[in-house]
Amino acid sequence: MTNGAATARLATRLSLFLLLAPAVLWLSALILIPHMDLALLSFRERIGPRQYSLSVAQYRTFFIEPLYWHIFVRTAVMSLVATALTLLLAFPVAWIIAKVLSGRASSLLFVICLIPFWISETVRTLGWMILLRESGVLPHFLVRLGMTEVPIEMLYHDATILVGLVYTSLLFMVVPLVGSFESLDNSLIEAASDLGASNGAILTKIIIPHAAPGITAGCIVVFMLTLGNYLTPTLLGGKNSQWFTEQIYTQFITRFNWEQGAALGFLLLALSTLLVWAGLKLSGQRFADVMRRA
Amino acid sequence: MIPSLPHSGWSSALTRLYLVAFLIFLFLPLVTVALFAFNDAPYPAPPWHGFTLDWFFGSVEHRRTGLFSDAELLGSLGTSVLVAVWVTTLSVLIGLCNAFLMERFEFRGKGLLAVCMLVPLVIPGVILGISILAFASRLAEFFNDYMGLELDFLRPGLPLVVLGQFSYIAAITTLTISARLRRFDRTLEEAALNLGASRWATLQTIILPYLKPALIGSAAVSFLMSFENFNTTLMLVGANSPLTIMMYGRMREGATPVLNAVSLFLMLASAILALTLMRRTQRRGPPA
Repeated sequence: MTNGAATARLATRLSLFLLLAPAVLWLSALILIPHMDLALLSFRERIGPRQYSLSVAQYRTFFIEPLYWHIFVRTAVMSLVATALTLLLAFPVAWIIAKVLSGRASSLLFVICLIPFWISETVRTLGWMILLRESGVLPHFLVRLGMTEVPIEMLYHDATILVGLVYTSLLFMVVPLVGSFESLDNSLIEAASDLGASNGAILTKIIIPHAAPGITAGCIVVFMLTLGNYLTPTLLGGKNSQWFTEQIYTQFITRFNWEQGAALGFLLLALSTLLVWAGLKLSGQRFADVMRRA
Repeated sequence: MIPSLPHSGWSSALTRLYLVAFLIFLFLPLVTVALFAFNDAPYPAPPWHGFTLDWFFGSVEHRRTGLFSDAELLGSLGTSVLVAVWVTTLSVLIGLCNAFLMERFEFRGKGLLAVCMLVPLVIPGVILGISILAFASRLAEFFNDYMGLELDFLRPGLPLVVLGQFSYIAAITTLTISARLRRFDRTLEEAALNLGASRWATLQTIILPYLKPALIGSAAVSFLMSFENFNTTLMLVGANSPLTIMMYGRMREGATPVLNAVSLFLMLASAILALTLMRRTQRRGPPA
């Protein structure tokens, strides 16, 4: 009897280890150890052929060199602006899907909103390039309509980068917003309205507090994706994009200065983590819940 | 605000106007890409020069390379599919293992492991790429210096691209499959065991069929995310470029409408995949 129980326990332990192995292998070999290695790489300096010493030179360069600083702050600010714009644009649409429309019309609009995001970011960016460049569709029509004398270059501006980033991020805002609007009881809004609340009051006192978890989840995901984006800023911004991920690429692949690239990578990771953490703190939510919601 | 409240005519007109503007914003770039795949001009730009299928089938008299004769582009499409098949297989398998691990076992450090499994999702793709690139190179150097082995798979190339994409797509499959397993009614399994089914038979005939929608859904999402991945792939790619990288390179140089032609195919493929999946999941709410 005890022998059977012992065998069963052994079998359970064995299956636990068999299932634990792939998970541990995945997280340690592809995430944990490479990042530790990257950290080591960022804290060393080349002092001769194949000779290195421990140093903070890479980080010092970042703080001394105004170019890096400028691009770092610029990327962060642009990402925040893009996140705010995405929220503003997605809010009404999510509201219409969740509350104004119902039944088939609502699910149809939801599906229509999702479809563009099943299509590669490369394709979407190609579309914006054909629309906006000097020889493109919109400048062509502006001339036809007599609004401009000659075609104007609409690519390579900050506004263009923002349009591209907002476009790419919309889905990640619409989905969590629809989720949190749908769980809001309509009778609360009706009651507030009966008691004389204005639309503004309903929005700030009922809708936004109720949807706060969804709003936070959406904002965090959009901010992270925007900060780490490479394709959209470089193609729509051209030489003016000055995006931080581009600096990391340049150091790693073009200049082969891996130490510097590793340090810049860690600074981006720190910025991303810090803002995600701040977002969670501000809204008093847990990381795991937010990730599940998104 | 909501239909049950009294509202003026112009507020619903405003809603309609907003919706139309939003949909135009959403579909304008896609429609543009599709239209210019058929424009009879060497660059995807207005004005309209008439309809042509040259960008699909090529044309000898205009010296145009169409999509179906562009070996480079078709090769990169094949590379993307190959990578995506590998990533999907690995991610779904590990997602299934992780789901059983997290839902059926209790062990020390489980909470920590659960959080760690979400971490890959919050690391920017570029950084996942460079960390794996740096670590693999260090390993390659090590094997080269101390054992005289030249391990090519540790150098930038498709094996690293697969690993890089897998490193975060595995987190997505884990979440999706675990969520479904959590809702499984354990009494079904107990009934099967009581009636004399072996553990293996129970798994095959009861649990796996129950998990099937999550397995198919997460496989489709994995395939798509791998196919569209750019950031991580950019850092790890070697001589054979997947399609996104190839298209990016050509877009920087100013490409012919052959890119529009391949984009049109991608759009159709994605739309078909999305619609099939949404039909399947309609009764279970929006996709995760």
